[in-house]
Amino acid sequence: MSAVAPAGAAGPAGPATPSAEPPLLSVQDLSVTFTARRGSGRSEVRAVDGVSFDVRPGRVMALVGESGSGKSVTSLALTGLLPARGNRVEGRALFAGEDLLTVPRARLADLRGRELAMVFQDPMSSLNPVVPVGLQITEVVRRHTGAGRAAAKERAVELLGRVGIPDPRRRVREFPHQLSGGMRQRVMIAIALACDPRLVIADEPTTALDVTIQAQVIDLLSTLVREQGTAMLLITHDLGVVAGVCDDVTVMYAGRVVEQAPRRELFARPRHRYTAGLLASVPRLDGPRPERLTPIPGTPRDVVAWSEACAFAPRCTAGDDACRRGDLVLAPDAGAGAAPGHLVRCVHPAPVEQP
Amino acid sequence: MTAVLPPPAAAGAPSAPGPVDEPGVSLVRGAWRRLRRDPTAIVGAVLVAAFLLVALAAPLLAGYEPGRALPGNGVTPSSVPGPSPEHPLGLDASGVDLLTQLVYGARQSLVIGVVSTSLGLAAGMALGVLAGAFGGWVDVAVMRVVDIMLSIPSLLLAVSIAALLGQSPISVMLAIAAAQVPIFARLLRGSMLAQRGSDYVLAASSLGLRHRTVVMSHVLPNSLGPVIVQATLVLGTAIIEVAALSYLGLGDGNPATAEWGRLLVRAQARLQSDPHLALLPGACIAVTALGFTLLGESLREALDPKGRR
Repeated sequence: MSAVAPAGAAGPAGPATPSAEPPLLSVQDLSVTFTARRGSGRSEVRAVDGVSFDVRPGRVMALVGESGSGKSVTSLALTGLLPARGNRVEGRALFAGEDLLTVPRARLADLRGRELAMVFQDPMSSLNPVVPVGLQITEVVRRHTGAGRAAAKERAVELLGRVGIPDPRRRVREFPHQLSGGMRQRVMIAIALACDPRLVIADEPTTALDVTIQAQVIDLLSTLVREQGTAMLLITHDLGVVAGVCDDVTVMYAGRVVEQAPRRELFARPRHRYTAGLLASVPRLDGPRPERLTPIPGTPRDVVAWSEACAFAPRCTAGDDACRRGDLVLAPDAGAGAAPGHLVRCVHPAPVEQP
Repeated sequence: MTAVLPPPAAAGAPSAPGPVDEPGVSLVRGAWRRLRRDPTAIVGAVLVAAFLLVALAAPLLAGYEPGRALPGNGVTPSSVPGPSPEHPLGLDASGVDLLTQLVYGARQSLVIGVVSTSLGLAAGMALGVLAGAFGGWVDVAVMRVVDIMLSIPSLLLAVSIAALLGQSPISVMLAIAAAQVPIFARLLRGSMLAQRGSDYVLAASSLGLRHRTVVMSHVLPNSLGPVIVQATLVLGTAIIEVAALSYLGLGDGNPATAEWGRLLVRAQARLQSDPHLALLPGACIAVTALGFTLLGESLREALDPKGRR
């Protein structure tokens, strides 16, 4: 997937101005703090810190970041799947007017699967090994629509056909271990689509798959979003996936949003040094041929607290004393030609490449 | 990229070319296929089948009535009549046809073994599901009770219950079942806890399925494997325990009931002169228990869906 050209993907079928339609999911100032009792005192880790973004119908929002940047914790917090104890979730996540973080558990259970559905990373371990895949679809259909056994089974066959599984009537009776990795992920997608949800949260849906299958799965997901007007939150560390399907991108680092922009804008003129570094470390089809990739030095563990400085400063080529200031703000990009909605949290934004 | 997807028109209908709508291989059928190729399973199954056959067809196989001493049998304090055309294995110490006693003993063992294991399984699973499904204080409370039960040696527990309820087949069954309850409860609870953290349980909850559905259709089926195996193994142990209880004089009160353990007790005094009186019932117990153990072990391997294809 990494070699997909950033330009040329079909634009959204929806309205040209993204801000015209109200967001389906509006995450506002989301914070997740994990607490642990260690020895006598308590230690706290802020995994997600003041994250805000909007997801609109028919559009794909990508949440990009390295391991440990808080992107998966964000998705688990939104769906109420964090462990019951040992964490504190703050902020708001308005889903069609309801705050997912404060709705009663029963209401959340009604919403999950029907209005918002998740596609997980590893389709082998996320499907129940001893239950036929058809049954894993029908139980969701029956739970949320009250359909009968036969109707639900027909729906399962139809869904498997829709996600491109050949001979669905036979496949509904098979077990996950009888399907290939790509087919399993298609089944996961079919389960997520079972009740025509308005929001799909896909948590690294392609990571466990090999490259050719990744392309198919991403293509399938984006087709479904375009056709049905579903909103999608795509969590990934793969910029190729982002380039292929996303409309908007939110880049996270150490629990905070460092840059947020429409896809074309982000790929054309990345402003945060971390985003620029990510892009420089991926091969491009439209770049000069004998190309040297530039990795970002260090590891995500070389982190300072956001309250003291820019967390990326230790790894940043432009890091200096000006970066060692607590709580940098996420501000609209002040550079020339910035698109509306391009936000960046950086003291020394990367220079804009002139084409 | 788009070329890999079938056209939307094909969706919903089974594709025309390729294999016709043949049923997928089900878990049970796959397990059956694996079992048939496993020599251990075949030996175990043959032993168990022979035991079941003997137990069910006891009246046809035995020439005499169990527990009824034959008149003028020739049993003396120092010897019993040996094999003869009328009595292929001779008579036992109380003057009853030994073959008849062994055959009816199989029936007795089967009934008590199956009923007590079913009781133990049902109660143990109920406790295990309770603890595994709810967790928290329910789990703690149930597991402490189970720990207490486990801390009492199973035979001692069985002896106490049998002594408390008096000598009857029902008290033997209850005694053996009670000793099994903590084993099943622990096993199921542990197995369920291991499943609860798995990805597909998280995935199922993310789809808004009810807790009941998640537990019953996702956690429980994946946790049953070890329990089924244990039940088969315990069935073998139960047969030994039936014998042990009646050896200790706590079995079925009716002296006419043919029972392998009681045959052993009666043979004790004649170990020097007629060792076969002890050896034959002993062998019956051992072979039956072995059959269930072999079958249980291969069942465990065959039922594992992640095992060899």
